[in-house]
Amino acid sequence: MTATKAAGLTRRQRYEAQQRRRSLIIAATSTFVVVACLIIFVPMTPGWEKVQRSFFNGGVLVDTFPRLLDAFMINVMIFAWSAPAIAILGLLIALARDVKSPALFPLRVFGATFTDVFRGVPVILTVYLIGFGIPGLGLPRPWNSPYIWGSLALILTYSAYVAEIFRSGIDSVHQSQRSAALSLGLTERQVMRDVVLPQAIRNVVPSQMNMLIALQKDVSLLSFIGPVEIFRQAGVFKSLTANFTPYVGAAIIFLIVTIPATRYADYLMAKQMRDRS
Amino acid sequence: MTRVLSIVAATLALTSTAAYAGGHCAAGKTLTEGKLTIATGNPAYYPWVLDDAPESGQGFEAAVAYAVAEEMGFAAEDVVWVRSSFDEAIQPGAKNFDMNMQQYSITAARDEVVDFSAPYYTAPMAVLVSPGATETAPTLEALRDLQWGAVGSTTAVPKLTEVIQPSKDPLLYGDNADVNAAMSANQIDAALFDLPTALFLSAVMIEGSKVIGQFAPDASDNPDQFGMLMEEGNPLKACVDEALAALTQSGELAVIEATWLQDTTGVPLIE
Repeated sequence: MTATKAAGLTRRQRYEAQQRRRSLIIAATSTFVVVACLIIFVPMTPGWEKVQRSFFNGGVLVDTFPRLLDAFMINVMIFAWSAPAIAILGLLIALARDVKSPALFPLRVFGATFTDVFRGVPVILTVYLIGFGIPGLGLPRPWNSPYIWGSLALILTYSAYVAEIFRSGIDSVHQSQRSAALSLGLTERQVMRDVVLPQAIRNVVPSQMNMLIALQKDVSLLSFIGPVEIFRQAGVFKSLTANFTPYVGAAIIFLIVTIPATRYADYLMAKQMRDRS
Repeated sequence: MTRVLSIVAATLALTSTAAYAGGHCAAGKTLTEGKLTIATGNPAYYPWVLDDAPESGQGFEAAVAYAVAEEMGFAAEDVVWVRSSFDEAIQPGAKNFDMNMQQYSITAARDEVVDFSAPYYTAPMAVLVSPGATETAPTLEALRDLQWGAVGSTTAVPKLTEVIQPSKDPLLYGDNADVNAAMSANQIDAALFDLPTALFLSAVMIEGSKVIGQFAPDASDNPDQFGMLMEEGNPLKACVDEALAALTQSGELAVIEATWLQDTTGVPLIE
Protein backbone atom coordinates (compact mmCIF):
# COMPACT_ATOMS: atom_id res chain seq x y z
CA MET A 1 0.00 0.00 0.00
CA THR A 2 3.02 2.21 0.36
CA ALA A 3 3.41 1.72 -3.34
CA THR A 4 -0.03 3.12 -4.08
CA LYS A 5 0.67 6.08 -1.83
CA ALA A 6 4.11 6.57 -3.28
CA ALA A 7 2.63 6.61 -6.75
CA GLY A 8 1.50 10.18 -6.17
CA LEU A 9 4.98 11.33 -5.10
CA THR A 10 7.68 12.86 -7.22
CA ARG A 11 10.93 10.96 -7.75
CA ARG A 12 12.69 13.32 -5.42
CA GLN A 13 10.14 12.75 -2.62
CA ARG A 14 10.32 9.02 -3.17
CA TYR A 15 14.07 9.14 -2.88
CA GLU A 16 13.94 11.18 0.33
CA ALA A 17 11.35 8.85 1.87
CA GLN A 18 13.60 5.94 1.06
CA GLN A 19 16.58 7.72 2.62
CA ARG A 20 14.56 8.42 5.77
CA ARG A 21 13.47 4.81 6.01
CA ARG A 22 17.02 3.67 5.53
CA SER A 23 18.47 5.87 8.28
CA LEU A 24 15.62 4.82 10.56
CA ILE A 25 16.48 1.17 10.04
CA ILE A 26 20.18 1.82 10.64
CA ALA A 27 19.47 3.81 13.80
CA ALA A 28 17.14 1.11 15.12
CA THR A 29 19.64 -1.65 14.36
CA SER A 30 22.61 0.10 15.97
CA THR A 31 20.56 0.99 19.07
CA PHE A 32 19.39 -2.59 19.29
CA VAL A 33 22.94 -3.92 19.00
CA VAL A 34 24.26 -1.57 21.70
CA VAL A 35 21.43 -2.39 24.12
CA ALA A 36 21.77 -6.11 23.41
CA CYS A 37 25.53 -5.93 24.08
CA LEU A 38 24.87 -4.19 27.40
CA ILE A 39 22.24 -6.73 28.40
CA ILE A 40 24.36 -9.70 27.36
CA PHE A 41 27.89 -8.66 28.30
CA VAL A 42 27.50 -6.67 31.53
CA PRO A 43 25.96 -9.62 33.41
CA MET A 44 28.86 -11.77 32.17
CA THR A 45 31.38 -9.71 34.18
CA PRO A 46 32.56 -11.56 37.30
CA GLY A 47 31.33 -8.90 39.76
CA TRP A 48 27.92 -8.36 38.20
CA GLU A 49 26.02 -10.48 40.68
CA LYS A 50 27.45 -8.53 43.63
CA VAL A 51 26.86 -5.20 41.93
CA GLN A 52 23.31 -6.19 41.13
CA ARG A 53 22.69 -7.19 44.75
CA SER A 54 24.19 -3.93 46.04
CA PHE A 55 22.74 -1.42 43.57
CA PHE A 56 19.74 -2.99 41.85
CA ASN A 57 18.10 -5.00 44.57
CA GLY A 58 14.41 -5.27 43.73
CA GLY A 59 13.31 -6.17 47.25
CA VAL A 60 15.13 -3.24 48.84
CA LEU A 61 13.82 -0.87 46.18
CA VAL A 62 10.19 -1.89 46.75
CA ASP A 63 10.60 -1.61 50.53
CA THR A 64 12.18 1.83 50.50
CA PHE A 65 10.62 3.60 47.51
CA PRO A 66 7.41 4.86 49.20
CA ARG A 67 9.38 6.37 52.11
CA LEU A 68 11.77 7.99 49.62
CA LEU A 69 8.80 9.56 47.84
CA ASP A 70 7.59 10.95 51.19
CA ALA A 71 11.02 12.41 51.87
CA PHE A 72 11.07 13.93 48.37
CA MET A 73 8.15 16.13 49.43
CA ILE A 74 10.59 17.95 51.72
CA ASN A 75 12.79 18.65 48.68
CA VAL A 76 9.78 19.96 46.78
CA MET A 77 8.82 22.17 49.72
CA ILE A 78 12.30 23.71 50.09
CA PHE A 79 12.49 24.15 46.32
CA ALA A 80 9.08 25.81 46.20
CA TRP A 81 9.99 28.61 48.59
CA SER A 82 13.61 29.01 47.48
CA ALA A 83 13.03 29.36 43.72
CA PRO A 84 10.90 32.56 43.80
CA ALA A 85 13.24 34.12 46.37
CA ILE A 86 16.21 33.33 44.13
CA ALA A 87 14.51 34.87 41.09
CA ILE A 88 13.75 38.10 42.96
CA LEU A 89 17.11 38.44 44.71
CA GLY A 90 18.98 37.49 41.52
CA LEU A 91 17.17 40.17 39.54
CA LEU A 92 17.84 42.79 42.23
CA ILE A 93 21.56 41.95 42.27
CA ALA A 94 21.68 42.14 38.46
CA LEU A 95 20.00 45.55 38.58
CA ALA A 96 22.38 46.69 41.31
CA ARG A 97 25.32 45.87 39.05
CA ASP A 98 23.75 47.84 36.22
CA VAL A 99 23.17 51.17 37.98
CA LYS A 100 24.76 54.04 36.09
CA SER A 101 24.50 56.84 38.67
CA PRO A 102 27.89 57.68 40.26
CA ALA A 103 26.21 58.23 43.64
CA LEU A 104 25.07 54.63 43.65
CA PHE A 105 28.54 53.24 42.96
CA PRO A 106 28.61 51.40 46.36
CA LEU A 107 25.61 49.42 45.12
CA ARG A 108 27.61 48.23 42.12
CA VAL A 109 30.49 47.25 44.38
CA PHE A 110 28.06 45.33 46.58
CA GLY A 111 26.58 43.50 43.59
CA ALA A 112 30.00 42.54 42.26
CA THR A 113 31.28 41.40 45.67
CA PHE A 114 28.12 39.39 46.27
CA THR A 115 28.39 37.46 43.02
CA ASP A 116 32.14 36.94 43.44
CA VAL A 117 31.81 35.57 46.95
CA PHE A 118 28.79 33.33 46.54
CA ARG A 119 29.80 31.97 43.17
CA GLY A 120 33.29 31.26 44.45
CA VAL A 121 32.44 29.41 47.65
CA PRO A 122 31.32 25.76 47.40
CA VAL A 123 27.58 25.51 48.12
CA ILE A 124 28.11 22.96 50.87
CA LEU A 125 30.40 25.33 52.78
CA THR A 126 27.81 28.11 52.57
CA VAL A 127 25.16 25.65 53.78
CA TYR A 128 27.30 24.65 56.77
CA LEU A 129 28.40 28.18 57.65
CA ILE A 130 24.95 29.71 57.49
CA GLY A 131 23.03 26.62 58.60
CA PHE A 132 25.04 26.03 61.78
CA GLY A 133 26.81 29.37 62.20
CA ILE A 134 23.95 31.85 62.34
CA PRO A 135 21.72 29.71 64.61
CA GLY A 136 24.81 29.25 66.80
CA LEU A 137 24.73 32.96 67.57
CA GLY A 138 21.90 32.20 69.98
CA LEU A 139 18.66 32.62 68.05
CA PRO A 140 15.56 31.28 69.83
CA ARG A 141 13.43 28.58 68.28
CA PRO A 142 11.86 28.42 65.73
CA TRP A 143 14.14 31.10 64.25
CA ASN A 144 17.20 28.87 64.38
CA SER A 145 15.59 26.20 62.19
CA PRO A 146 17.94 24.55 59.68
CA TYR A 147 15.14 24.87 57.12
CA ILE A 148 15.27 28.67 57.29
CA TRP A 149 19.05 29.12 57.27
CA GLY A 150 19.75 26.24 54.94
CA SER A 151 17.30 27.71 52.43
CA LEU A 152 18.95 31.10 52.84
CA ALA A 153 22.31 29.55 51.96
CA LEU A 154 20.81 28.11 48.77
CA ILE A 155 19.11 31.39 47.96
CA LEU A 156 22.32 33.40 48.34
CA THR A 157 24.41 31.01 46.26
CA TYR A 158 21.90 30.56 43.49
CA SER A 159 20.98 34.23 43.23
CA ALA A 160 24.64 34.96 42.52
CA TYR A 161 24.48 32.68 39.47
CA VAL A 162 21.01 33.80 38.46
CA ALA A 163 22.07 37.45 38.74
CA GLU A 164 24.92 36.87 36.30
CA ILE A 165 22.52 35.26 33.83
CA PHE A 166 20.09 38.17 34.16
CA ARG A 167 22.98 40.57 33.66
CA SER A 168 24.01 38.82 30.45
CA GLY A 169 20.38 39.11 29.35
CA ILE A 170 20.36 42.84 30.12
CA ASP A 171 23.63 43.30 28.23
CA SER A 172 22.18 41.44 25.25
CA VAL A 173 19.66 44.24 24.69
CA HIS A 174 21.41 46.64 22.33
CA GLN A 175 22.46 50.06 23.62
CA SER A 176 20.63 51.69 20.71
CA GLN A 177 17.32 50.57 22.20
CA ARG A 178 18.09 52.37 25.44
CA SER A 179 19.13 55.48 23.56
CA ALA A 180 15.99 55.36 21.43
CA ALA A 181 13.78 54.95 24.51
CA LEU A 182 15.56 57.80 26.31
CA SER A 183 15.15 60.05 23.29
CA LEU A 184 11.41 59.38 23.42
CA GLY A 185 11.43 60.93 26.88
CA LEU A 186 11.35 57.80 29.05
CA THR A 187 13.20 57.93 32.36
CA GLU A 188 16.10 55.53 33.11
CA ARG A 189 13.79 53.53 35.33
CA GLN A 190 11.07 53.28 32.67
CA VAL A 191 13.63 52.24 30.07
CA MET A 192 14.81 49.41 32.30
CA ARG A 193 11.32 48.30 33.30
CA ASP A 194 9.46 48.63 30.01
CA VAL A 195 12.11 48.23 27.33
CA VAL A 196 15.15 46.32 28.54
CA LEU A 197 13.88 43.84 31.13
CA PRO A 198 11.00 42.32 29.13
CA GLN A 199 13.44 41.38 26.37
CA ALA A 200 16.29 40.48 28.72
CA ILE A 201 14.22 38.08 30.78
CA ARG A 202 12.75 36.39 27.74
CA ASN A 203 16.25 35.89 26.33
CA VAL A 204 17.54 34.10 29.40
CA VAL A 205 14.57 31.84 30.18
CA PRO A 206 16.28 28.68 28.85
CA SER A 207 19.44 29.32 30.87
CA GLN A 208 17.39 29.97 33.97
CA MET A 209 15.58 26.68 33.42
CA ASN A 210 18.94 24.96 33.79
CA MET A 211 19.49 26.78 37.06
CA LEU A 212 16.12 25.50 38.29
CA ILE A 213 17.13 21.95 37.48
CA ALA A 214 20.45 22.39 39.27
CA LEU A 215 18.71 23.93 42.29
CA GLN A 216 16.30 21.04 42.42
CA LYS A 217 19.22 18.67 42.93
CA ASP A 218 21.20 20.91 45.25
CA VAL A 219 18.29 21.13 47.68
CA SER A 220 19.65 17.78 48.86
CA LEU A 221 22.69 19.56 50.30
CA LEU A 222 20.45 20.72 53.14
CA SER A 223 20.53 17.15 54.41
CA PHE A 224 23.97 17.94 55.88
CA ILE A 225 22.44 20.24 58.47
CA GLY A 226 19.54 18.10 59.58
CA PRO A 227 16.43 17.97 57.35
CA VAL A 228 15.64 14.40 56.40
CA GLU A 229 15.03 14.93 52.71
CA ILE A 230 15.34 12.23 50.08
CA PHE A 231 19.13 11.99 50.02
CA ARG A 232 19.41 11.60 53.80
CA GLN A 233 16.51 9.16 53.89
CA ALA A 234 18.21 7.08 51.20
CA GLY A 235 21.44 7.25 53.23
CA VAL A 236 19.65 5.97 56.31
CA PHE A 237 18.28 3.02 54.34
CA LYS A 238 21.69 2.45 52.79
CA SER A 239 23.28 2.18 56.23
CA LEU A 240 20.62 -0.08 57.66
CA THR A 241 20.56 -2.47 54.74
CA ALA A 242 24.23 -2.08 53.75
CA ASN A 243 22.90 -1.68 50.22
CA PHE A 244 23.14 1.18 47.72
CA THR A 245 19.80 0.48 46.05
CA PRO A 246 18.00 3.26 48.00
CA TYR A 247 20.31 5.78 46.29
CA VAL A 248 19.30 4.35 42.92
CA GLY A 249 15.67 4.74 44.02
CA ALA A 250 16.35 8.38 44.89
CA ALA A 251 18.04 8.87 41.52
CA ILE A 252 14.96 7.47 39.76
CA ILE A 253 12.74 9.98 41.58
CA PHE A 254 15.08 12.82 40.65
CA LEU A 255 15.11 11.70 37.02
CA ILE A 256 11.32 11.54 36.86
CA VAL A 257 11.34 15.25 37.69
CA THR A 258 14.48 16.46 35.94
CA ILE A 259 14.15 14.70 32.56
CA PRO A 260 10.90 16.46 31.59
CA ALA A 261 12.33 19.72 32.91
CA THR A 262 15.54 19.28 30.90
CA ARG A 263 13.59 18.40 27.76
CA TYR A 264 11.46 21.50 28.25
CA ALA A 265 14.57 23.65 28.64
CA ASP A 266 15.98 22.12 25.45
CA TYR A 267 12.72 22.84 23.66
CA LEU A 268 12.76 26.47 24.80
CA MET A 269 16.38 26.82 23.72
CA ALA A 270 15.65 25.35 20.27
CA LYS A 271 12.60 27.57 19.91
CA GLN A 272 14.66 30.62 20.76
CA MET A 273 17.28 29.67 18.17
CA ARG A 274 14.53 29.29 15.52
CA ASP A 275 12.94 32.61 16.44
CA ARG A 276 16.25 34.43 16.20
CA SER A 277 17.36 32.99 12.88
CA MET B 1 81.45 -14.29 55.04
CA THR B 2 78.59 -13.68 52.66
CA ARG B 3 77.88 -17.38 52.82
CA VAL B 4 77.60 -17.30 56.60
CA LEU B 5 75.32 -14.32 56.37
CA SER B 6 73.04 -16.00 53.85
CA ILE B 7 72.84 -19.12 56.00
CA VAL B 8 71.91 -17.01 59.00
CA ALA B 9 69.33 -15.19 56.95
CA ALA B 10 67.88 -18.44 55.62
CA THR B 11 67.69 -19.92 59.13
CA LEU B 12 66.01 -16.79 60.42
CA ALA B 13 63.52 -16.88 57.58
CA LEU B 14 62.82 -20.55 58.25
CA THR B 15 62.28 -20.09 61.96
CA SER B 16 60.04 -17.09 61.52
CA THR B 17 57.94 -18.93 58.92
CA ALA B 18 57.74 -21.90 61.25
CA ALA B 19 56.67 -19.75 64.18
CA TYR B 20 54.09 -18.07 61.98
CA ALA B 21 52.68 -21.27 60.54
CA GLY B 22 52.40 -22.78 63.98
CA GLY B 23 50.81 -19.61 65.27
CA HIS B 24 47.37 -19.47 63.79
CA CYS B 25 44.96 -20.24 61.03
CA ALA B 26 45.32 -16.83 59.39
CA ALA B 27 48.19 -17.98 57.15
CA GLY B 28 47.40 -17.26 53.51
CA LYS B 29 44.06 -15.66 54.29
CA THR B 30 45.10 -12.04 54.71
CA LEU B 31 45.36 -9.32 52.08
CA THR B 32 49.16 -9.19 52.41
CA GLU B 33 50.88 -12.35 53.57
CA GLY B 34 52.15 -11.97 57.13
CA LYS B 35 50.34 -8.64 57.67
CA LEU B 36 46.94 -7.95 59.13
CA THR B 37 45.28 -4.92 57.54
CA ILE B 38 42.67 -3.28 59.75
CA ALA B 39 40.49 -0.34 58.73
CA THR B 40 39.10 2.29 61.04
CA GLY B 41 37.09 5.47 60.58
CA ASN B 42 38.41 8.73 59.20
CA PRO B 43 38.65 10.29 61.70
CA ALA B 44 38.47 7.60 64.38
CA TYR B 45 36.70 8.91 67.46
CA TYR B 46 37.50 8.77 71.15
CA PRO B 47 37.10 6.53 73.23
CA TRP B 48 37.39 3.95 70.45
CA VAL B 49 40.71 5.27 69.22
CA LEU B 50 42.69 7.92 71.08
CA ASP B 51 43.99 10.97 69.22
CA ASP B 52 42.96 9.44 65.88
CA ALA B 53 46.13 7.29 66.09
CA PRO B 54 45.18 3.59 66.09
CA GLU B 55 48.88 2.63 65.69
CA SER B 56 49.39 3.56 69.33
CA GLY B 57 47.00 0.83 70.50
CA GLN B 58 45.37 3.44 72.72
CA GLY B 59 41.59 3.41 72.89
CA PHE B 60 39.14 0.52 73.13
CA GLU B 61 38.96 -0.58 69.49
CA ALA B 62 42.68 -0.06 68.89
CA ALA B 63 43.46 -2.18 71.97
CA VAL B 64 41.02 -4.90 70.91
CA ALA B 65 42.55 -4.88 67.42
CA TYR B 66 46.05 -5.47 68.75
CA ALA B 67 44.86 -8.14 71.20
CA VAL B 68 43.03 -9.98 68.38
CA ALA B 69 46.08 -9.65 66.11
CA GLU B 70 48.34 -11.07 68.80
CA GLU B 71 45.94 -13.94 69.41
CA MET B 72 46.01 -14.66 65.68
CA GLY B 73 49.80 -14.78 65.70
CA PHE B 74 50.60 -11.34 64.31
CA ALA B 75 53.22 -9.17 65.96
CA ALA B 76 52.21 -5.57 66.69
CA GLU B 77 54.37 -4.28 63.83
CA ASP B 78 52.57 -6.58 61.38
CA VAL B 79 49.30 -4.74 61.94
CA VAL B 80 48.67 -2.26 59.11
CA TRP B 81 46.05 0.46 59.54
CA VAL B 82 43.99 1.94 56.73
CA ARG B 83 41.02 4.32 56.78
CA SER B 84 37.63 3.68 55.28
CA SER B 85 34.17 5.16 55.20
CA PHE B 86 31.04 3.14 55.77
CA ASP B 87 30.31 3.22 52.03
CA GLU B 88 33.72 1.83 51.14
CA ALA B 89 33.15 -0.98 53.62
CA ILE B 90 29.91 -2.14 52.00
CA GLN B 91 30.66 -1.50 48.32
CA PRO B 92 30.72 -4.64 46.19
CA GLY B 93 34.10 -5.97 45.10
CA ALA B 94 37.52 -6.37 46.65
CA LYS B 95 38.27 -4.56 49.91
CA ASN B 96 41.48 -2.84 50.96
CA PHE B 97 41.27 -4.25 54.49
CA ASP B 98 41.12 -7.64 56.17
CA MET B 99 38.73 -6.32 58.76
CA ASN B 100 37.08 -3.01 59.52
CA MET B 101 36.47 -1.77 63.04
CA GLN B 102 34.42 1.34 63.58
CA GLN B 103 31.53 0.52 65.87
CA TYR B 104 29.61 -1.44 63.28
CA SER B 105 26.40 -2.74 64.77
CA ILE B 106 25.63 -6.24 63.60
CA THR B 107 22.24 -6.40 61.87
CA ALA B 108 20.63 -9.17 59.86
CA ALA B 109 20.27 -6.96 56.76
CA ARG B 110 23.92 -5.89 56.83
CA ASP B 111 24.98 -9.47 57.42
CA GLU B 112 23.56 -10.43 54.03
CA VAL B 113 26.03 -8.15 52.27
CA VAL B 114 29.13 -8.39 54.45
CA ASP B 115 30.41 -10.71 57.16
CA PHE B 116 30.68 -9.76 60.83
CA SER B 117 32.95 -11.25 63.45
CA ALA B 118 31.54 -12.34 66.77
CA PRO B 119 30.59 -9.23 68.78
CA TYR B 120 33.41 -7.61 70.76
CA TYR B 121 31.22 -5.12 72.59
CA THR B 122 27.57 -4.73 73.45
CA ALA B 123 26.66 -1.09 73.35
CA PRO B 124 23.69 0.32 75.20
CA MET B 125 22.08 3.31 73.48
CA ALA B 126 22.14 6.47 75.56
CA VAL B 127 20.37 9.80 75.49
CA LEU B 128 22.49 12.94 75.37
CA VAL B 129 20.57 16.16 76.03
CA SER B 130 21.51 19.78 75.36
CA PRO B 131 22.28 22.18 78.24
CA GLY B 132 18.71 23.50 78.06
CA ALA B 133 17.08 20.10 78.54
CA THR B 134 19.12 18.51 81.33
CA GLU B 135 16.08 18.43 83.63
CA THR B 136 14.17 16.06 81.34
CA ALA B 137 13.05 12.93 83.20
CA PRO B 138 14.47 9.67 81.80
CA THR B 139 11.05 8.34 80.76
CA LEU B 140 9.80 7.65 77.25
CA GLU B 141 6.89 10.11 77.67
CA ALA B 142 9.21 12.97 78.59
CA LEU B 143 11.69 12.10 75.84
CA ARG B 144 9.02 11.98 73.16
CA ASP B 145 8.43 15.74 73.13
CA LEU B 146 12.07 16.73 72.62
CA GLN B 147 13.49 17.74 69.27
CA TRP B 148 15.68 14.75 68.38
CA GLY B 149 18.84 14.39 66.37
CA ALA B 150 21.06 11.44 65.45
CA VAL B 151 23.73 10.33 63.03
CA GLY B 152 21.85 9.12 59.97
CA SER B 153 24.09 6.14 59.25
CA THR B 154 23.71 4.49 62.67
CA THR B 155 21.25 2.06 64.19
CA ALA B 156 20.20 4.94 66.47
CA VAL B 157 17.74 5.95 63.72
CA PRO B 158 15.49 2.85 63.86
CA LYS B 159 15.77 2.87 67.66
CA LEU B 160 14.58 6.46 67.67
CA THR B 161 11.61 5.92 65.38
CA GLU B 162 10.55 2.58 66.83
CA VAL B 163 11.16 2.95 70.57
CA ILE B 164 11.08 6.66 71.38
CA GLN B 165 8.68 7.68 68.59
CA PRO B 166 9.28 11.43 68.86
CA SER B 167 6.38 13.79 68.27
CA LYS B 168 8.50 16.00 65.98
CA ASP B 169 10.46 14.65 63.00
CA PRO B 170 14.06 14.00 64.07
CA LEU B 171 16.90 15.79 62.29
CA LEU B 172 19.66 13.53 60.97
CA TYR B 173 23.32 14.32 60.37
CA GLY B 174 26.37 12.90 58.65
CA ASP B 175 28.63 12.40 61.67
CA ASN B 176 29.13 13.10 65.37
CA ALA B 177 30.68 16.49 64.72
CA ASP B 178 27.57 17.71 62.89
CA VAL B 179 25.31 16.53 65.71
CA ASN B 180 27.54 18.53 68.07
CA ALA B 181 27.19 21.61 65.91
CA ALA B 182 23.39 21.24 65.82
CA MET B 183 23.21 20.78 69.57
CA SER B 184 25.48 23.76 70.17
CA ALA B 185 23.25 25.82 67.87
CA ASN B 186 20.27 24.68 69.97
CA GLN B 187 18.62 23.12 66.92
CA ILE B 188 18.15 19.81 68.74
CA ASP B 189 17.43 19.01 72.40
CA ALA B 190 18.54 15.42 72.47
CA ALA B 191 20.57 12.94 70.48
CA LEU B 192 20.90 9.18 70.58
CA PHE B 193 24.38 7.62 70.65
CA ASP B 194 26.01 4.49 71.94
CA LEU B 195 26.81 5.07 75.62
CA PRO B 196 30.62 5.46 75.44
CA THR B 197 30.29 8.03 72.63
CA ALA B 198 27.54 9.89 74.50
CA LEU B 199 29.63 10.05 77.69
CA PHE B 200 32.62 11.36 75.75
CA LEU B 201 30.57 14.01 73.96
CA SER B 202 28.98 15.27 77.17
CA ALA B 203 32.27 15.32 79.08
CA VAL B 204 34.48 16.87 76.43
CA MET B 205 32.67 18.25 73.40
CA ILE B 206 29.43 19.96 74.40
CA GLU B 207 29.66 22.05 77.53
CA GLY B 208 26.68 21.71 79.86
CA SER B 209 25.19 18.72 78.05
CA LYS B 210 24.30 15.59 79.99
CA VAL B 211 23.70 11.88 79.47
CA ILE B 212 20.35 11.45 81.19
CA GLY B 213 19.68 7.79 80.56
CA GLN B 214 20.55 4.57 78.78
CA PHE B 215 18.49 1.80 77.29
CA ALA B 216 19.34 -1.55 78.84
CA PRO B 217 21.13 -3.40 76.03
CA ASP B 218 19.62 -6.77 76.85
CA ALA B 219 16.10 -5.38 77.18
CA SER B 220 15.68 -4.79 73.45
CA ASP B 221 15.16 -7.67 71.02
CA ASN B 222 18.00 -6.37 68.91
CA PRO B 223 20.81 -5.17 71.17
CA ASP B 224 23.54 -3.15 69.51
CA GLN B 225 26.52 -5.42 69.26
CA PHE B 226 29.68 -4.21 67.59
CA GLY B 227 31.40 -6.60 65.23
CA MET B 228 34.40 -6.37 62.93
CA LEU B 229 33.24 -6.05 59.34
CA MET B 230 34.75 -8.33 56.72
CA GLU B 231 34.12 -9.02 53.07
CA GLU B 232 31.31 -11.51 52.54
CA GLY B 233 32.72 -15.03 52.66
CA ASN B 234 36.13 -13.97 54.04
CA PRO B 235 37.85 -17.17 55.32
CA LEU B 236 39.56 -15.06 57.99
CA LYS B 237 36.27 -14.83 59.90
CA ALA B 238 36.79 -18.21 61.58
CA CYS B 239 40.23 -17.12 62.85
CA VAL B 240 38.94 -13.77 64.12
CA ASP B 241 36.02 -15.42 65.88
CA GLU B 242 38.36 -17.95 67.46
CA ALA B 243 40.65 -15.17 68.67
CA LEU B 244 37.73 -13.18 70.09
CA ALA B 245 36.38 -16.26 71.85
CA ALA B 246 39.80 -16.87 73.43
CA LEU B 247 40.01 -13.23 74.55
CA THR B 248 36.53 -13.39 76.05
CA GLN B 249 37.32 -16.67 77.80
CA SER B 250 40.58 -15.42 79.30
CA GLY B 251 38.89 -12.25 80.51
CA GLU B 252 41.29 -10.07 78.50
CA LEU B 253 38.46 -8.46 76.55
CA ALA B 254 36.78 -7.44 79.82
CA VAL B 255 40.06 -5.96 81.04
CA ILE B 256 40.44 -3.90 77.85
CA GLU B 257 36.86 -2.71 78.22
CA ALA B 258 37.47 -1.69 81.83
CA THR B 259 40.66 0.12 80.82
CA TRP B 260 39.28 2.20 77.99
CA LEU B 261 35.56 2.53 78.51
CA GLN B 262 34.18 4.48 81.39
CA ASP B 263 32.12 2.72 84.03
CA THR B 264 28.58 3.10 82.74
CA THR B 265 26.56 1.87 85.70
CA GLY B 266 26.01 5.42 86.98
CA VAL B 267 23.74 6.29 84.06
CA PRO B 268 20.07 5.60 84.92
CA LEU B 269 18.10 3.14 82.83
CA ILE B 270 15.18 4.41 80.77
CA GLU B 271 12.04 2.47 81.51
